[in-house]
Amino acid sequence: METFLQQLFNGLTLGAVYAVVALGYTMVYGIIQLINFAHGEVVMIGAMVAFTIITLLANSGLPPVAIVLIGTSCAIPVCMIVGYALERIAYRPLRNAPRLAPLITAIGMSIVLQHVAMMVWSRNNLAFPQIIKTETYDIAGASVTNIQIVIVILCLVLMGGLLWLVHRTRLGISMRATAQNPRVAGLMGVNINREIAITFAIGAALGAVAGVMVGSYYGIAHYQMGALLGLKAFCAAVLGGIGNVPGAMVGGLLLGVIEALGAGYIGDLTDLCAVPWLFAGLAARCAAGEHISLFGSNYQDVFAFLVLIAVLVLRPSGLLGERVGDRA
Amino acid sequence: MTKSPMLRVAGLAVAYGGIRAIKGIDFEIYGGETVTLIGANGAGKTTTLRAITGLVPPVAGSIHLNGRDITGATSFSLVRQGLAMVPEGRGVFPQLTVSENVAMGAYIRDDKAEIARDVERVFSLFPRLRERAQQSAGTLSGGEQQMLAIGRALMSRPKLLLLDEPSMGLAPVIVQKVFAVIESIARDGVTILLVEQNANLALRTSDRAYVLESGLITIAGKSADLLSDPKVRAAYLGE
Ligand SMILES: Nc1ncnc2c1ncn2[C@@H]1O[C@H](COP(=O)(O)OP(=O)(O)O)[C@@H](O)[C@H]1O
Ligand SMILES: [Mg+2]
Repeated sequence: METFLQQLFNGLTLGAVYAVVALGYTMVYGIIQLINFAHGEVVMIGAMVAFTIITLLANSGLPPVAIVLIGTSCAIPVCMIVGYALERIAYRPLRNAPRLAPLITAIGMSIVLQHVAMMVWSRNNLAFPQIIKTETYDIAGASVTNIQIVIVILCLVLMGGLLWLVHRTRLGISMRATAQNPRVAGLMGVNINREIAITFAIGAALGAVAGVMVGSYYGIAHYQMGALLGLKAFCAAVLGGIGNVPGAMVGGLLLGVIEALGAGYIGDLTDLCAVPWLFAGLAARCAAGEHISLFGSNYQDVFAFLVLIAVLVLRPSGLLGERVGDRA
Repeated sequence: MTKSPMLRVAGLAVAYGGIRAIKGIDFEIYGGETVTLIGANGAGKTTTLRAITGLVPPVAGSIHLNGRDITGATSFSLVRQGLAMVPEGRGVFPQLTVSENVAMGAYIRDDKAEIARDVERVFSLFPRLRERAQQSAGTLSGGEQQMLAIGRALMSRPKLLLLDEPSMGLAPVIVQKVFAVIESIARDGVTILLVEQNANLALRTSDRAYVLESGLITIAGKSADLLSDPKVRAAYLGE
Protein backbone atom coordinates (compact mmCIF):
# COMPACT_ATOMS: atom_id res chain seq x y z
CA MET A 1 0.00 0.00 0.00
CA GLU A 2 2.83 2.35 0.83
CA THR A 3 4.52 1.57 -2.47
CA PHE A 4 1.24 2.16 -4.23
CA LEU A 5 0.66 5.57 -2.67
CA GLN A 6 4.28 6.57 -3.10
CA GLN A 7 4.32 5.59 -6.76
CA LEU A 8 0.95 7.24 -7.29
CA PHE A 9 2.34 10.55 -6.05
CA ASN A 10 5.50 10.19 -8.11
CA GLY A 11 3.41 9.22 -11.11
CA LEU A 12 1.11 12.19 -10.76
CA THR A 13 4.09 14.54 -10.62
CA LEU A 14 5.64 13.05 -13.71
CA GLY A 15 2.28 12.72 -15.41
CA ALA A 16 1.44 16.37 -14.86
CA VAL A 17 4.66 17.28 -16.65
CA TYR A 18 3.95 14.81 -19.47
CA ALA A 19 0.52 16.36 -19.81
CA VAL A 20 1.89 19.87 -20.21
CA VAL A 21 4.43 18.68 -22.79
CA ALA A 22 1.80 16.56 -24.55
CA LEU A 23 -0.32 19.69 -25.02
CA GLY A 24 2.37 21.07 -27.30
CA TYR A 25 2.21 17.98 -29.51
CA THR A 26 -1.54 17.77 -29.56
CA MET A 27 -2.23 21.45 -30.27
CA VAL A 28 0.13 21.48 -33.23
CA TYR A 29 -1.22 18.19 -34.50
CA GLY A 30 -4.76 19.46 -34.11
CA ILE A 31 -4.15 22.47 -36.29
CA ILE A 32 -1.80 21.18 -39.03
CA GLN A 33 -1.71 17.38 -38.53
CA LEU A 34 2.03 17.52 -37.97
CA ILE A 35 3.82 15.60 -35.24
CA ASN A 36 6.37 18.17 -34.19
CA PHE A 37 9.11 15.83 -33.08
CA ALA A 38 11.29 18.81 -32.19
CA HIS A 39 8.94 19.75 -29.34
CA GLY A 40 10.95 17.69 -26.83
CA GLU A 41 13.98 19.79 -27.75
CA VAL A 42 12.01 22.97 -27.12
CA VAL A 43 11.37 21.65 -23.61
CA MET A 44 15.08 20.92 -23.25
CA ILE A 45 15.98 24.44 -24.31
CA GLY A 46 13.56 25.75 -21.70
CA ALA A 47 15.40 23.77 -19.04
CA MET A 48 18.79 24.93 -20.34
CA VAL A 49 17.91 28.62 -20.43
CA ALA A 50 16.46 28.39 -16.93
CA PHE A 51 19.59 26.55 -15.79
CA THR A 52 21.81 29.35 -17.09
CA ILE A 53 19.77 32.12 -15.51
CA ILE A 54 19.32 30.33 -12.19
CA THR A 55 23.04 29.53 -12.01
CA LEU A 56 23.89 33.16 -12.76
CA LEU A 57 21.59 34.46 -10.06
CA ALA A 58 22.15 31.69 -7.50
CA ASN A 59 24.43 33.84 -5.36
CA SER A 60 22.76 37.16 -6.08
CA GLY A 61 20.97 37.21 -2.73
CA LEU A 62 17.57 37.32 -4.38
CA PRO A 63 14.94 35.09 -2.80
CA PRO A 64 15.11 31.59 -4.38
CA VAL A 65 11.51 31.69 -5.61
CA ALA A 66 12.21 34.96 -7.40
CA ILE A 67 15.27 33.44 -9.07
CA VAL A 68 13.30 30.48 -10.35
CA LEU A 69 10.56 32.80 -11.58
CA ILE A 70 13.10 34.95 -13.42
CA GLY A 71 14.64 31.81 -14.93
CA THR A 72 11.24 30.64 -16.09
CA SER A 73 10.27 34.00 -17.50
CA CYS A 74 13.46 34.00 -19.56
CA ALA A 75 12.90 30.43 -20.75
CA ILE A 76 9.35 31.12 -21.93
CA PRO A 77 10.11 33.81 -24.54
CA VAL A 78 13.21 31.96 -25.78
CA CYS A 79 11.17 28.80 -26.32
CA MET A 80 8.35 30.75 -27.96
CA ILE A 81 10.84 32.19 -30.42
CA VAL A 82 12.29 28.74 -31.10
CA GLY A 83 8.80 27.30 -31.60
CA TYR A 84 7.82 30.14 -33.90
CA ALA A 85 11.08 29.84 -35.84
CA LEU A 86 10.55 26.11 -36.33
CA GLU A 87 7.15 26.74 -37.82
CA ARG A 88 8.26 29.66 -39.92
CA ILE A 89 11.51 28.24 -41.27
CA ALA A 90 11.03 24.50 -41.30
CA TYR A 91 7.34 23.65 -41.51
CA ARG A 92 5.52 26.47 -43.29
CA PRO A 93 7.36 25.97 -46.59
CA LEU A 94 6.24 22.34 -46.48
CA ARG A 95 2.61 23.04 -45.55
CA ASN A 96 1.33 21.53 -48.80
CA ALA A 97 4.02 18.91 -49.25
CA PRO A 98 3.35 15.19 -48.77
CA ARG A 99 3.07 14.42 -45.07
CA LEU A 100 6.33 12.52 -44.85
CA ALA A 101 8.35 15.62 -45.72
CA PRO A 102 7.44 17.75 -42.67
CA LEU A 103 7.69 14.68 -40.45
CA ILE A 104 11.27 14.03 -41.52
CA THR A 105 12.00 17.73 -41.23
CA ALA A 106 10.72 17.64 -37.66
CA ILE A 107 13.13 14.83 -36.81
CA GLY A 108 15.88 16.82 -38.50
CA MET A 109 15.03 19.93 -36.51
CA SER A 110 15.17 17.97 -33.28
CA ILE A 111 18.68 16.80 -34.15
CA VAL A 112 19.71 20.35 -35.08
CA LEU A 113 18.37 21.76 -31.81
CA GLN A 114 20.11 19.06 -29.78
CA HIS A 115 23.41 19.87 -31.35
CA VAL A 116 23.03 23.60 -31.03
CA ALA A 117 22.29 23.01 -27.34
CA MET A 118 25.32 20.75 -27.07
CA MET A 119 27.52 23.50 -28.48
CA VAL A 120 26.08 26.14 -26.18
CA TRP A 121 25.72 24.12 -22.96
CA SER A 122 28.27 21.30 -23.44
CA ARG A 123 27.62 17.59 -23.52
CA ASN A 124 27.78 17.23 -19.71
CA ASN A 125 25.04 16.78 -17.19
CA LEU A 126 24.38 20.23 -15.78
CA ALA A 127 23.45 20.28 -12.13
CA PHE A 128 20.50 22.56 -11.45
CA PRO A 129 21.46 24.66 -8.42
CA GLN A 130 19.30 23.40 -5.56
CA ILE A 131 18.38 26.84 -4.37
CA ILE A 132 14.93 25.86 -3.15
CA LYS A 133 15.24 23.74 -0.03
CA THR A 134 13.45 20.47 -0.47
CA GLU A 135 10.96 19.73 2.26
CA THR A 136 9.40 16.35 2.57
CA TYR A 137 5.94 15.69 3.92
CA ASP A 138 4.60 12.38 5.06
CA ILE A 139 1.19 11.47 3.66
CA ALA A 140 -0.09 8.11 4.90
CA GLY A 141 3.36 6.65 4.82
CA ALA A 142 4.34 8.04 1.42
CA SER A 143 6.67 11.01 1.18
CA VAL A 144 5.91 13.99 -1.00
CA THR A 145 8.18 16.97 -1.53
CA ASN A 146 7.24 20.61 -1.78
CA ILE A 147 8.64 20.62 -5.33
CA GLN A 148 6.29 17.81 -6.32
CA ILE A 149 3.34 19.67 -4.90
CA VAL A 150 4.28 22.87 -6.71
CA ILE A 151 4.76 20.99 -9.98
CA VAL A 152 1.36 19.32 -9.80
CA ILE A 153 -0.46 22.51 -8.83
CA LEU A 154 1.32 24.55 -11.49
CA CYS A 155 0.53 21.99 -14.17
CA LEU A 156 -3.13 21.95 -13.17
CA VAL A 157 -3.23 25.74 -13.33
CA LEU A 158 -1.59 25.72 -16.78
CA MET A 159 -4.03 23.12 -18.05
CA GLY A 160 -7.01 25.00 -16.63
CA GLY A 161 -5.72 28.20 -18.20
CA LEU A 162 -5.33 26.54 -21.56
CA LEU A 163 -8.83 25.05 -21.43
CA TRP A 164 -10.18 28.49 -20.63
CA LEU A 165 -8.23 30.00 -23.52
CA VAL A 166 -9.35 27.37 -26.00
CA HIS A 167 -13.02 27.36 -25.05
CA ARG A 168 -13.79 30.82 -23.72
CA THR A 169 -11.81 33.31 -25.76
CA ARG A 170 -12.15 34.48 -29.32
CA LEU A 171 -8.57 33.37 -30.01
CA GLY A 172 -9.36 29.88 -28.72
CA ILE A 173 -12.54 29.55 -30.74
CA SER A 174 -10.80 30.68 -33.91
CA MET A 175 -7.94 28.25 -33.22
CA ARG A 176 -10.39 25.38 -32.95
CA ALA A 177 -12.23 26.56 -36.05
CA THR A 178 -8.95 26.67 -37.96
CA ALA A 179 -8.12 23.16 -36.79
CA GLN A 180 -11.47 21.88 -38.01
CA ASN A 181 -11.61 23.64 -41.36
CA PRO A 182 -8.84 26.08 -42.20
CA ARG A 183 -10.31 27.20 -45.54
CA VAL A 184 -13.63 28.13 -44.05
CA ALA A 185 -11.95 29.79 -41.08
CA GLY A 186 -10.05 31.86 -43.65
CA LEU A 187 -13.34 32.89 -45.24
CA MET A 188 -14.42 34.21 -41.82
CA GLY A 189 -11.37 36.47 -41.80
CA VAL A 190 -9.02 34.31 -39.76
CA ASN A 191 -5.38 34.67 -40.77
CA ILE A 192 -4.46 31.02 -40.72
CA ASN A 193 -0.70 31.52 -40.72
CA ARG A 194 -1.00 33.73 -37.67
CA GLU A 195 -3.21 31.18 -35.94
CA ILE A 196 -0.71 28.39 -36.60
CA ALA A 197 2.21 30.50 -35.40
CA ILE A 198 0.34 31.32 -32.18
CA THR A 199 -0.37 27.63 -31.64
CA PHE A 200 3.33 26.83 -31.92
CA ALA A 201 4.21 29.68 -29.57
CA ILE A 202 1.69 28.62 -26.91
CA GLY A 203 2.83 25.00 -27.09
CA ALA A 204 6.44 26.14 -26.75
CA ALA A 205 5.65 28.37 -23.78
CA LEU A 206 4.05 25.42 -22.00
CA GLY A 207 7.07 23.35 -22.95
CA ALA A 208 9.39 25.93 -21.43
CA VAL A 209 7.63 25.72 -18.08
CA ALA A 210 7.71 21.93 -18.27
CA GLY A 211 11.44 22.07 -18.95
CA VAL A 212 12.06 24.15 -15.85
CA MET A 213 9.95 21.75 -13.79
CA VAL A 214 11.75 18.66 -15.04
CA GLY A 215 15.10 20.30 -14.44
CA SER A 216 14.19 21.24 -10.88
CA TYR A 217 12.59 17.87 -10.18
CA TYR A 218 15.51 15.73 -11.30
CA GLY A 219 18.11 18.38 -10.49
CA ILE A 220 19.88 18.02 -13.83
CA ALA A 221 19.66 19.23 -17.38
CA HIS A 222 21.26 17.63 -20.40
CA TYR A 223 21.14 18.41 -24.11
CA GLN A 224 19.47 15.07 -24.83
CA MET A 225 16.91 15.26 -22.02
CA GLY A 226 14.20 16.32 -24.45
CA ALA A 227 14.34 13.23 -26.61
CA LEU A 228 12.91 10.62 -24.26
CA LEU A 229 10.69 13.11 -22.46
CA GLY A 230 9.28 14.27 -25.79
CA LEU A 231 8.69 10.75 -26.98
CA LYS A 232 6.82 9.88 -23.79
CA ALA A 233 4.73 13.01 -23.96
CA PHE A 234 3.93 12.11 -27.55
CA CYS A 235 2.78 8.68 -26.31
CA ALA A 236 0.63 10.49 -23.75
CA ALA A 237 -0.92 12.62 -26.49
CA VAL A 238 -1.70 9.52 -28.55
CA LEU A 239 -3.12 7.80 -25.47
CA GLY A 240 -5.51 10.69 -24.89
CA GLY A 241 -6.31 11.07 -28.58
CA ILE A 242 -3.93 13.20 -30.59
CA GLY A 243 -5.37 16.58 -31.47
CA ASN A 244 -7.60 16.57 -28.41
CA VAL A 245 -6.63 19.06 -25.68
CA PRO A 246 -8.35 17.43 -22.67
CA GLY A 247 -7.11 14.11 -24.07
CA ALA A 248 -3.49 15.21 -23.73
CA MET A 249 -4.12 16.14 -20.12
CA VAL A 250 -5.76 12.82 -19.25
CA GLY A 251 -3.22 10.89 -21.30
CA GLY A 252 -0.28 12.60 -19.61
CA LEU A 253 -1.50 12.02 -16.07
CA LEU A 254 -2.46 8.44 -16.84
CA LEU A 255 0.86 7.67 -18.48
CA GLY A 256 2.79 9.09 -15.54
CA VAL A 257 0.82 6.95 -13.11
CA ILE A 258 1.09 3.80 -15.24
CA GLU A 259 4.81 4.33 -15.57
CA ALA A 260 5.39 4.92 -11.88
CA LEU A 261 3.22 2.02 -10.76
CA GLY A 262 4.84 -0.17 -13.37
CA ALA A 263 8.28 0.76 -12.12
CA GLY A 264 7.17 0.19 -8.54
CA TYR A 265 5.78 -3.24 -9.14
CA ILE A 266 7.77 -4.61 -12.04
CA GLY A 267 10.18 -6.30 -9.63
CA ASP A 268 7.35 -8.12 -7.86
CA LEU A 269 5.57 -8.91 -11.10
CA THR A 270 8.60 -10.55 -12.60
CA ASP A 271 9.71 -12.17 -9.34
CA LEU A 272 11.44 -15.37 -10.33
CA CYS A 273 11.02 -16.80 -6.84
CA ALA A 274 7.35 -17.29 -7.71
CA VAL A 275 8.51 -19.94 -10.14
CA PRO A 276 11.40 -21.53 -8.21
CA TRP A 277 11.43 -24.62 -10.48
CA LEU A 278 12.44 -22.47 -13.49
CA PHE A 279 16.14 -23.19 -13.26
CA ALA A 280 18.48 -25.11 -11.04
CA GLY A 281 19.61 -23.44 -7.86
CA LEU A 282 16.87 -20.83 -7.96
CA ALA A 283 14.86 -22.39 -5.13
CA ALA A 284 17.89 -22.48 -2.90
CA ARG A 285 18.79 -18.84 -3.50
CA CYS A 286 15.23 -17.71 -2.90
CA ALA A 287 15.10 -19.74 0.28
CA ALA A 288 18.22 -17.91 1.40
CA GLY A 289 16.18 -14.69 1.21
CA GLU A 290 17.55 -13.33 -2.08
CA HIS A 291 15.29 -11.27 -4.34
CA ILE A 292 15.66 -12.22 -7.96
CA SER A 293 13.55 -10.46 -10.56
CA LEU A 294 13.63 -10.64 -14.33
CA PHE A 295 13.20 -6.88 -14.72
CA GLY A 296 14.02 -4.01 -12.37
CA SER A 297 12.67 -0.48 -12.14
CA ASN A 298 15.24 0.60 -14.72
CA TYR A 299 12.72 -0.82 -17.19
CA GLN A 300 10.40 2.05 -16.31
CA ASP A 301 10.77 3.63 -19.75
CA VAL A 302 9.31 0.58 -21.42
CA PHE A 303 5.81 1.31 -20.14
CA ALA A 304 5.23 4.41 -22.21
CA PHE A 305 5.88 2.43 -25.35
CA LEU A 306 3.85 -0.54 -24.23
CA VAL A 307 0.99 1.90 -23.71
CA LEU A 308 1.61 3.39 -27.15
CA ILE A 309 1.49 -0.04 -28.79
CA ALA A 310 -1.61 -1.02 -26.84
CA VAL A 311 -3.41 2.18 -27.85
CA LEU A 312 -2.45 1.85 -31.49
CA VAL A 313 -3.72 -1.73 -31.54
CA LEU A 314 -6.84 -1.41 -29.40
CA ARG A 315 -8.04 2.14 -29.85
CA PRO A 316 -6.06 4.11 -32.44
CA SER A 317 -8.13 7.24 -31.90
CA GLY A 318 -7.07 7.38 -28.23
CA LEU A 319 -9.20 7.64 -25.12
CA LEU A 320 -10.95 10.93 -25.91
CA GLY A 321 -10.14 11.23 -29.59
CA GLU A 322 -12.78 11.22 -32.26
CA ARG A 323 -12.25 9.04 -35.25
CA VAL A 324 -10.23 11.06 -37.70
CA GLY A 325 -11.32 11.13 -41.29
CA ASP A 326 -15.08 11.06 -41.12
CA ARG A 327 -15.19 14.76 -41.81
CA ALA A 328 -14.62 15.77 -45.40
CA MET B 1 -25.47 57.19 -65.76
CA THR B 2 -23.63 53.90 -65.92
CA LYS B 3 -23.19 52.20 -62.59
CA SER B 4 -19.94 50.32 -62.08
CA PRO B 5 -20.36 46.69 -61.01
CA MET B 6 -19.83 45.49 -57.46
CA LEU B 7 -18.03 42.42 -58.77
CA ARG B 8 -16.32 42.26 -62.13
CA VAL B 9 -14.70 39.04 -63.31
CA ALA B 10 -12.73 39.37 -66.55
CA GLY B 11 -10.93 36.69 -68.54
CA LEU B 12 -10.78 34.42 -65.51
CA ALA B 13 -8.98 31.11 -65.99
CA VAL B 14 -8.23 28.56 -63.28
CA ALA B 15 -6.29 25.31 -63.57
CA TYR B 16 -5.78 22.33 -61.30
CA GLY B 17 -2.37 20.84 -61.97
CA GLY B 18 -2.26 22.03 -65.54
CA ILE B 19 -5.85 21.08 -66.38
CA ARG B 20 -8.04 24.10 -66.96
CA ALA B 21 -11.30 23.98 -65.05
CA ILE B 22 -12.23 27.59 -65.96
CA LYS B 23 -11.20 28.67 -69.44
CA GLY B 24 -11.63 32.42 -69.52
CA ILE B 25 -14.96 33.74 -68.29
CA ASP B 26 -16.37 37.26 -67.90
CA PHE B 27 -19.29 38.32 -65.79
CA GLU B 28 -20.34 41.09 -63.49
CA ILE B 29 -22.73 41.66 -60.65
CA TYR B 30 -24.24 45.04 -59.80
CA GLY B 31 -25.16 46.21 -56.33
CA GLY B 32 -28.57 44.93 -55.20
CA GLU B 33 -28.81 42.21 -57.82
CA THR B 34 -29.28 38.50 -57.31
CA VAL B 35 -27.32 36.74 -60.02
CA THR B 36 -27.21 33.01 -60.51
CA LEU B 37 -24.55 30.84 -62.02
CA ILE B 38 -26.01 27.54 -63.13
CA GLY B 39 -24.38 24.52 -64.68
CA ALA B 40 -24.04 20.77 -64.49
CA ASN B 41 -21.90 18.96 -61.98
CA GLY B 42 -18.24 19.59 -62.80
CA ALA B 43 -18.92 22.67 -64.95
CA GLY B 44 -16.63 24.80 -62.77
CA LYS B 45 -19.08 26.69 -60.55
CA THR B 46 -17.30 25.97 -57.28
CA THR B 47 -13.95 26.69 -58.89
CA THR B 48 -15.21 30.12 -59.93
CA LEU B 49 -16.22 30.90 -56.35
CA ARG B 50 -12.90 29.58 -55.04
CA ALA B 51 -11.06 31.92 -57.36
CA ILE B 52 -13.14 34.90 -56.23
CA THR B 53 -12.54 34.11 -52.56
CA GLY B 54 -8.80 33.58 -52.94
CA LEU B 55 -8.89 29.84 -52.29
CA VAL B 56 -7.28 29.01 -55.64
CA PRO B 57 -5.02 31.38 -57.58
CA PRO B 58 -6.23 32.14 -61.11
CA VAL B 59 -3.84 31.48 -63.98
CA ALA B 60 -5.26 34.39 -65.98
CA GLY B 61 -7.77 37.20 -65.72
CA SER B 62 -8.76 39.63 -63.03
CA ILE B 63 -11.36 40.03 -60.30
CA HIS B 64 -12.47 43.44 -59.05
CA LEU B 65 -14.63 44.06 -55.99
CA ASN B 66 -16.06 47.58 -55.78
CA GLY B 67 -13.38 48.70 -58.21
CA ARG B 68 -10.54 47.22 -56.16
CA ASP B 69 -8.39 44.54 -57.72
CA ILE B 70 -8.72 41.45 -55.51
CA THR B 71 -7.11 38.98 -57.92
CA GLY B 72 -5.02 36.59 -55.84
CA ALA B 73 -5.87 38.39 -52.58
CA THR B 74 -5.68 36.31 -49.41
CA SER B 75 -8.97 34.78 -48.37
CA PHE B 76 -9.01 36.33 -44.93
CA SER B 77 -8.69 39.88 -46.22
CA LEU B 78 -11.81 39.67 -48.40
CA VAL B 79 -14.40 39.41 -45.65
CA ARG B 80 -13.22 42.85 -44.47
CA GLN B 81 -14.15 44.14 -47.91
CA GLY B 82 -17.71 42.93 -47.58
CA LEU B 83 -17.47 39.51 -49.18
CA ALA B 84 -18.89 36.39 -47.53
CA MET B 85 -19.38 32.86 -48.79
CA VAL B 86 -21.55 29.92 -47.85
CA PRO B 87 -19.33 27.14 -49.14
CA GLU B 88 -20.37 24.00 -50.93
CA GLY B 89 -21.30 21.34 -48.39
CA ARG B 90 -21.97 24.13 -45.80
CA GLY B 91 -18.54 23.96 -44.12
CA VAL B 92 -19.81 24.36 -40.58
CA PHE B 93 -17.22 23.76 -37.85
CA PRO B 94 -18.53 20.40 -36.63
CA GLN B 95 -17.01 20.41 -33.15
CA LEU B 96 -17.93 24.02 -32.37
CA THR B 97 -21.35 24.72 -30.94
CA VAL B 98 -23.97 26.45 -33.04
CA SER B 99 -23.36 29.64 -31.04
CA GLU B 100 -19.62 29.42 -31.59
CA ASN B 101 -20.14 28.91 -35.31
CA VAL B 102 -22.32 32.00 -35.44
CA ALA B 103 -19.70 33.89 -33.41
CA MET B 104 -17.03 32.88 -35.92
CA GLY B 105 -19.06 34.65 -38.59
CA ALA B 106 -18.48 37.88 -36.68
CA TYR B 107 -14.77 37.19 -36.25
CA ILE B 108 -13.71 40.45 -37.88
CA ARG B 109 -16.09 42.61 -35.86
CA ASP B 110 -15.55 44.22 -32.47
CA ASP B 111 -18.88 45.95 -31.86
CA LYS B 112 -20.18 43.64 -29.12
CA ALA B 113 -23.63 45.18 -28.81
CA GLU B 114 -24.25 45.14 -32.56
CA ILE B 115 -22.99 41.56 -32.78
CA ALA B 116 -25.46 40.53 -30.09
CA ARG B 117 -28.25 42.15 -32.12
CA ASP B 118 -27.19 40.30 -35.25
CA VAL B 119 -27.05 36.99 -33.38
CA GLU B 120 -30.61 37.71 -32.32
CA ARG B 121 -31.54 38.40 -35.94
CA VAL B 122 -29.99 35.15 -37.15
CA PHE B 123 -31.81 33.22 -34.43
CA SER B 124 -35.14 34.79 -35.30
CA LEU B 125 -34.52 34.01 -38.97
CA PHE B 126 -33.74 30.39 -38.03
CA PRO B 127 -35.53 29.51 -34.76
CA ARG B 128 -34.21 25.93 -34.99
CA LEU B 129 -30.71 27.26 -34.45
CA ARG B 130 -31.71 29.03 -31.25
CA GLU B 131 -33.07 25.76 -29.86
CA ARG B 132 -29.78 24.08 -30.68
CA ALA B 133 -27.46 26.92 -29.76
CA GLN B 134 -25.34 24.88 -27.35
CA GLN B 135 -25.25 21.74 -29.48
CA SER B 136 -22.19 21.00 -31.59
CA ALA B 137 -22.82 21.83 -35.22
CA GLY B 138 -21.85 18.37 -36.42
CA THR B 139 -24.97 16.97 -34.77
CA LEU B 140 -27.33 19.15 -36.83
CA SER B 141 -29.30 17.85 -39.80
CA GLY B 142 -28.24 18.89 -43.30
CA GLY B 143 -30.92 21.55 -43.50
CA GLU B 144 -30.01 22.97 -40.12
CA GLN B 145 -26.35 23.05 -41.10
CA GLN B 146 -27.24 24.96 -44.25
CA MET B 147 -29.18 27.49 -42.19
CA LEU B 148 -26.25 27.76 -39.80
CA ALA B 149 -23.85 28.34 -42.68
CA ILE B 150 -26.08 31.09 -44.06
CA GLY B 151 -26.61 32.66 -40.65
CA ARG B 152 -22.88 32.58 -39.98
CA ALA B 153 -22.15 34.28 -43.31
CA LEU B 154 -24.65 37.04 -42.48
CA MET B 155 -22.81 37.77 -39.23
CA SER B 156 -20.05 39.58 -41.13
CA ARG B 157 -22.70 41.93 -42.59
CA PRO B 158 -21.63 41.19 -46.15
CA LYS B 159 -22.35 43.43 -49.12
CA LEU B 160 -21.86 40.53 -51.48
CA LEU B 161 -22.90 37.01 -50.50
CA LEU B 162 -21.75 33.98 -52.47
CA LEU B 163 -23.85 30.84 -52.04
CA ASP B 164 -22.56 27.52 -53.38
CA GLU B 165 -25.41 25.07 -54.02
CA PRO B 166 -27.48 25.78 -50.93
CA SER B 167 -30.06 23.22 -52.08
CA MET B 168 -27.58 20.36 -52.29
CA GLY B 169 -28.70 17.23 -50.50
CA LEU B 170 -31.75 18.81 -48.86
CA ALA B 171 -35.35 17.63 -48.83
CA PRO B 172 -37.65 19.73 -51.07
CA VAL B 173 -39.51 21.27 -48.11
CA ILE B 174 -36.22 22.41 -46.59
CA VAL B 175 -35.04 23.74 -49.95
CA GLN B 176 -38.17 25.92 -50.10
CA LYS B 177 -37.39 27.33 -46.64
CA VAL B 178 -33.77 28.01 -47.50
CA PHE B 179 -34.71 29.82 -50.69
CA ALA B 180 -37.33 31.88 -48.90
CA VAL B 181 -34.57 33.05 -46.58
CA ILE B 182 -32.26 33.81 -49.51
CA GLU B 183 -34.99 35.99 -51.03
CA SER B 184 -35.47 37.84 -47.77
CA ILE B 185 -31.71 38.45 -47.54
CA ALA B 186 -31.81 39.88 -51.06
CA ARG B 187 -34.73 42.14 -50.08
CA ASP B 188 -32.58 43.47 -47.24
CA GLY B 189 -30.25 44.81 -49.91
CA VAL B 190 -27.51 42.18 -49.92
CA THR B 191 -26.10 41.47 -53.37
CA ILE B 192 -26.11 37.74 -54.07
CA LEU B 193 -24.27 35.37 -56.36
CA LEU B 194 -26.16 32.10 -56.24
CA VAL B 195 -24.50 29.00 -57.64
CA GLU B 196 -26.91 26.15 -58.29
CA GLN B 197 -27.49 22.91 -60.10
CA ASN B 198 -31.18 23.30 -59.39
CA ALA B 199 -31.67 25.65 -62.36
CA ASN B 200 -35.43 25.99 -62.06
CA LEU B 201 -35.31 27.26 -58.50
CA ALA B 202 -32.24 29.40 -59.10
CA LEU B 203 -33.75 31.13 -62.13
CA ARG B 204 -36.97 31.86 -60.24
CA THR B 205 -35.01 33.39 -57.36
CA SER B 206 -32.64 35.59 -59.38
CA ASP B 207 -32.63 38.69 -61.61
CA ARG B 208 -29.96 37.59 -64.06
CA ALA B 209 -28.22 34.33 -64.87
CA TYR B 210 -25.13 32.86 -66.46
CA VAL B 211 -24.87 29.29 -67.70
CA LEU B 212 -21.49 27.63 -67.20
CA GLU B 213 -20.53 24.65 -69.34
CA SER B 214 -17.16 22.95 -69.06
CA GLY B 215 -15.45 26.08 -67.84
CA LEU B 216 -17.03 28.51 -70.29
CA ILE B 217 -20.06 30.81 -70.04
CA THR B 218 -22.37 29.78 -72.86
CA ILE B 219 -25.56 31.69 -72.10
CA ALA B 220 -26.15 34.95 -70.24
CA GLY B 221 -29.31 36.94 -69.73
CA LYS B 222 -32.30 37.83 -67.61
CA SER B 223 -33.42 34.90 -65.50
CA ALA B 224 -36.99 35.23 -66.73
CA ASP B 225 -35.77 35.00 -70.35
CA LEU B 226 -33.66 31.95 -69.60
CA LEU B 227 -36.64 30.26 -67.97
CA SER B 228 -38.48 30.46 -71.27
CA ASP B 229 -35.47 29.75 -73.47
CA PRO B 230 -36.04 26.35 -75.16
CA LYS B 231 -32.31 25.52 -75.10
CA VAL B 232 -32.10 26.14 -71.37
CA ARG B 233 -35.34 24.30 -70.77
CA ALA B 234 -34.03 21.29 -72.64
CA ALA B 235 -30.60 21.20 -71.03
CA TYR B 236 -31.25 22.37 -67.46
CA LEU B 237 -34.94 22.19 -66.69
CA GLY B 238 -35.34 18.60 -67.74
CA GLU B 239 -37.78 19.16 -70.59
N1 LIG C 1 -9.19 20.21 -56.08
C1 LIG C 1 -9.30 19.82 -57.37
N2 LIG C 1 -8.27 19.22 -57.98
C2 LIG C 1 -8.35 18.82 -59.26
N3 LIG C 1 -9.43 19.00 -60.03
C3 LIG C 1 -10.50 19.60 -59.46
C4 LIG C 1 -10.49 20.05 -58.11
N4 LIG C 1 -11.68 20.61 -57.82
C5 LIG C 1 -12.40 20.51 -58.95
N5 LIG C 1 -11.71 19.93 -59.94
C6 LIG C 1 -12.17 19.68 -61.33
O1 LIG C 1 -12.51 20.92 -61.87
C7 LIG C 1 -13.73 20.83 -62.61
C8 LIG C 1 -14.75 21.81 -62.04
O2 LIG C 1 -15.10 21.40 -60.75
P1 LIG C 1 -16.08 22.27 -59.83
O3 LIG C 1 -15.65 23.67 -59.88
O4 LIG C 1 -16.10 21.62 -58.49
O5 LIG C 1 -17.46 22.06 -60.55
P2 LIG C 1 -18.93 22.36 -60.03
O6 LIG C 1 -18.87 23.12 -58.77
O7 LIG C 1 -19.58 23.11 -61.14
O8 LIG C 1 -19.57 21.02 -59.86
C9 LIG C 1 -14.16 19.39 -62.53
O9 LIG C 1 -13.73 18.73 -63.70
C10 LIG C 1 -13.43 18.86 -61.34
O10 LIG C 1 -13.15 17.51 -61.49
MG1 LIG D 1 -19.62 22.62 -56.95
